[in-house]
Amino acid sequence: MAAGKVLLQAEDIRRALLRIAHEIVEHNRGGKDIVLVGIQARGAPLAWRLAKSIEALEGVSVPVGRLDITLYRDDLEREHFRPNIRETQIPVDLSEKHVVLVDDVLYTGRTIRAAMDAVMDFGRPRTIQLAVLIDRGHRELPIRADYVGKNIPTSRLEEIELHLLETDGTDETILLPPQEDA
Amino acid sequence: MKNNWLIKGARVLDPANNFDAVRDLFIKSGTIADIGEEFSHDNVPVIDAHGLVLAPGFVDLHCHLREPGFEYKETIATGTRAAVRGGFTTVCSMANTDPVVDTPATVEFILEQARAAAAARVYPLAAVTQGFGGTQLVEMAMLAEAGAVAFSDDGMPVADARIMRHALEYSLLVDKPIVNHCEDPALAQGGVMNEGLTSLRLGLRGMPAEAEETMVARDALLARRTGAHIHIAHVSTQGGVEIIRGAKQAGIRITAEVTPHHLTLSDALVAGRRQAGAGSSLAYDTHAKVKPPLRTQADIDALIEGLNDGTLDAIATDHAPHSTTDKLCEYSEAESGISCLETAFSQVHQLVQDGRVPLQTLVSKLTTEPARVFGLPRGTLAVGAAADITLLDLEAAWDVDPEKFASKGKNTPIAGWTLPGRVAMTFVDGKLVHTADGYEQRGAQ
Amino acid sequence: MPLDRKDLLDLDDFSSDEIMLLLETTSAMAEILSRPIRRVPTLRGKTIVNMFYEASTRTRSSFELAAKNLSADLVNVSASQSSVDKGESLIDTMRTLQALGADMIVMRHWEAGAPYLAASWLDAAIINAGDGWHAHPSQALLDLFTVQERIGTIAGLKIVIAGDILHSRVARSNLWGFGKLGAQVVLCGPPTLLPRGLAEIAETESRITISYDLDEAIVDADVVMMLRLQRERMASGLLPSTREYCARFGLSRERMRRARPHALIMHPGPMNQGVEITPELAYSEQAVIEEQVTNGVAVRMAIFYLLASTPERLA
Repeated sequence: MAAGKVLLQAEDIRRALLRIAHEIVEHNRGGKDIVLVGIQARGAPLAWRLAKSIEALEGVSVPVGRLDITLYRDDLEREHFRPNIRETQIPVDLSEKHVVLVDDVLYTGRTIRAAMDAVMDFGRPRTIQLAVLIDRGHRELPIRADYVGKNIPTSRLEEIELHLLETDGTDETILLPPQEDA
Repeated sequence: MKNNWLIKGARVLDPANNFDAVRDLFIKSGTIADIGEEFSHDNVPVIDAHGLVLAPGFVDLHCHLREPGFEYKETIATGTRAAVRGGFTTVCSMANTDPVVDTPATVEFILEQARAAAAARVYPLAAVTQGFGGTQLVEMAMLAEAGAVAFSDDGMPVADARIMRHALEYSLLVDKPIVNHCEDPALAQGGVMNEGLTSLRLGLRGMPAEAEETMVARDALLARRTGAHIHIAHVSTQGGVEIIRGAKQAGIRITAEVTPHHLTLSDALVAGRRQAGAGSSLAYDTHAKVKPPLRTQADIDALIEGLNDGTLDAIATDHAPHSTTDKLCEYSEAESGISCLETAFSQVHQLVQDGRVPLQTLVSKLTTEPARVFGLPRGTLAVGAAADITLLDLEAAWDVDPEKFASKGKNTPIAGWTLPGRVAMTFVDGKLVHTADGYEQRGAQ
Repeated sequence: MPLDRKDLLDLDDFSSDEIMLLLETTSAMAEILSRPIRRVPTLRGKTIVNMFYEASTRTRSSFELAAKNLSADLVNVSASQSSVDKGESLIDTMRTLQALGADMIVMRHWEAGAPYLAASWLDAAIINAGDGWHAHPSQALLDLFTVQERIGTIAGLKIVIAGDILHSRVARSNLWGFGKLGAQVVLCGPPTLLPRGLAEIAETESRITISYDLDEAIVDADVVMMLRLQRERMASGLLPSTREYCARFGLSRERMRRARPHALIMHPGPMNQGVEITPELAYSEQAVIEEQVTNGVAVRMAIFYLLASTPERLA
């Protein structure tokens, strides 16, 4: 693991997610008809955490899905493309639902574009909203998040790594200095 | 004076006379005039042959010059150029031309073309049956008078045992060998490679070893019956070697040849395996398609043993040039054959390097032995004989580049391979007909 | 891990990791087939040509559906319409297809090795959809996937492949596929239909055995794969009669009882019901023959996808 500057501690992440859960409930006037869809890989555990928070706040159970957007990407022909596909599981019909896409870092917006296309293939949601833990800027598409944990201005040459208990054994966000081959 | 040379300091190797020592050799008016030590002759061009082996020019009992009829694959001119580049000063041309060599006129045509354009001596074979039809014998006496040295329906084996019996009987009239490509057509039916592990893997229809072996056995028995001379072309199987060995022990007039590729390459080559360092290719390399097919390592071992113990008399190239399009197609559709004259010596010299065949044996199987099989006055360094000579650099190694072949046939499965031993110079009738790149300065005064 | 290959020609030189990547990707593709809209945009703008020199409904339409599910443009060329009849060489035809913009060519040919010829001369990815007796890798992959889905594993299973091994590309590719993933493979058939060379393989590979006796071979089998028997085998002197073949090598309820209780019955199709398999068994609960067909589409999607994203293609 490369050394870097820790941007968010575990406690920061917990608080940010709790705030987002509040905002989602508030914005949608309760938990009804909400489906959380986490984008693989790190959006999926975040979606679960948000679902638990909403459940605690509202006493309703929110369906959670996970979505792999590899097959919707537009960079199939680019270097460093990894063809491995993770699981996609959407537990309910998304028609007429408020779908909240959950991802760790919002950057160029291309992943979210792909995710919206994918969601459309599962039905016609009433709305699609976007929740991210970090917005690092540098959008290449007209996309913005509805719920943001923390805005962190970065250079394009830097990298942000989010570690989660579920996937990495610890909760933290690290800013990595510019990479040689970036 | 024309065709006078003094070749100095070569290791003179003449199996016909059981001679192997460093000597000078004097060529006068195209014949070998003297062999001795420290000659000097005024006004005779000198060739510095120190470090080289001087052998009789090689004799190939089996090659396809394709003329007349298939000049797009090879001509007598290009084929014999290839021959002298490979150290061969005498080649016996196969009869499967178009028309087939089954009339004295065609024999005369070939000899005429050879006189006009050939770099090496050409001895034609004629067919056994008219038009290779397998039923009616050719006019052996007239063909022999015209110059045919042996008879063969090469590629279309005489399948009918009765016709083969009569061919052998009738050949006693001219006392020339019948040469058979042994391949039982029913057993071999549709086969495009050796039947075995590799054909199973590749899903190609295999040709069993027994297709060759049963016909070798049949021909040996018919030769015993008739007392005629049967010569088995390009033996490729262990069983074939064993049958010939037994037949020789029984006193049957049987001789046999083996090709450089059957002595050195196995059917694994069809699956795309290559010499280390020469790059790899995908499976189904049509250049490895040949008849009889490349066999297994066990067969290779048996062939080498047969060469060493005298069961196999000669190394013959079965040089089979084809055009690019003949080979650039599906494996089963591709023509069979390997363009071999220019790589033959180095291929089999590998066996000497590996310690599997003595150099003297190898040279005799390329010179005096084949000459004996067809009764040709060649393959010797006897004083007074025509100066057909090959100079070999056994220390040199070279890379096979088909584009540099003199043969029109670029079809070789060993393109890019590095081979040991090079033909440096070749003389026919005392005329220097080939000098390999890098050996020009040895011809200085 | 990407699949570092230009073509899919056979499984014989695939590593078990590569096969596993293909099976995992197939799993993801199978999920797409369960969606309301069974189409992803992955191969938008790619042109795939189905070049079938040999008639085939099943395999051709399976590749066609797979291509469409990935949003590729698909062109079907069948040999009867093309210039094959006019004596155009395979290489010329293939070069033309590439010049027309084919990124991948799915090729079925009656001659073993034909796809290798195409692969060595073209930049397009060549996918072997069956060549002569040689190989049918997508069929083997779908068989592997079907077994993996049903039983959960392949390592340690006993797989019996029975019938005309000699002329079967399915048997050959499955031999490598199941072998590499650690199954025991028994090849069973009459001696005339077991190719020479098999004994040599069986001697060196402990996972492969040969049998002339289906009753014995089938004992405790986890999978029984029956191969199609072509009627012309009788005329060519390889077999005396269908009657005798059926009696010794036909799969019946009785024979199947010797296998494990939930053993799977597979067949690459098309079936000769009443010859190599009784109709009753072909439609029994143990038969996964229709599942094989469904999985075939997912497998072929995985093949297209992985070859399209192979590093060589991106360079």
